[in-house]
Amino acid sequence: MSDQVPVLRIGQVLLVSIQTDLDDQAVMLLQDDLAAAVVDSGAHGVVIDITAVEIVDSFVGRMLSTIASISRLLDAQTVVVGMRPAVAITLVELGLSLGGVRTALTLDKGLRLLEQARASSLGGGTSTSQGDAGDEGTAPDAAAGL
Amino acid sequence: MNSPGRDPQILEITANAAVVQARQLVRALAQECRLSLVEQTKLITAASELARNTLIYGGGGTMTAALVDERGRRGVRLVFADQGPGIPDTDLALTDGWTSGNGMGLGLSGSKRLVDDFVLDTAPGRGTTVTITKWAR
Repeated sequence: MSDQVPVLRIGQVLLVSIQTDLDDQAVMLLQDDLAAAVVDSGAHGVVIDITAVEIVDSFVGRMLSTIASISRLLDAQTVVVGMRPAVAITLVELGLSLGGVRTALTLDKGLRLLEQARASSLGGGTSTSQGDAGDEGTAPDAAAGL
Repeated sequence: MNSPGRDPQILEITANAAVVQARQLVRALAQECRLSLVEQTKLITAASELARNTLIYGGGGTMTAALVDERGRRGVRLVFADQGPGIPDTDLALTDGWTSGNGMGLGLSGSKRLVDDFVLDTAPGRGTTVTITKWAR
């Protein structure tokens, strides 16, 4: 049986921290779990923390790209945080540029990136009360008002 | 070409879990060989790609891993062998983005870039053997 990676929810953001060396099956499972969790939670952001990940091969790299694409279709932004320098160097040499995947150096910066992305996608001025309102009704309303 | 005082380790690659085991075994050898962190990462990544190829395209096989000492250089050598269908066109198989399955087509070409020596020995019906070596600097 493969390891299952927990998907944590913090406000409007889903957080996944990969802590073990996952086999391919576990990687696919994570991809499916995350897509389901984005829909179930209505989260607007996904943060994938790979601080503890020692290697990213083409399979995991593809998973990161795919999650970013799936999330985008489900109205959520994905940020990959904590990539090690050796992993970045290896990915480029391997030929994987992870196009379409946003990255941030730390979890903190990743969360801020998501906040900014959300604020700008909702248009100016209204973003401050967003966290209190809490229900997803506000986003479609704002979009419908144009 | 064998490791001084120690036999090569042979890992059967017949399931997903073996790809994880391959990475762990190679990590241990790379550290023992005192490869730099970046060199370790490149070698483990290449091993992961090739172990997956052995499993998926070769229908399973083995990885033979050893520390080697040649002309005063120390390195890690990995041999991935399968009895699968073999590769008809090796030039094509080594082209970025080309795949016979549903992968990204970076396994062979990418891992070649990640190591110092790369030897591909294959023919249709004769299986595939990929030998890679990473030398300590």
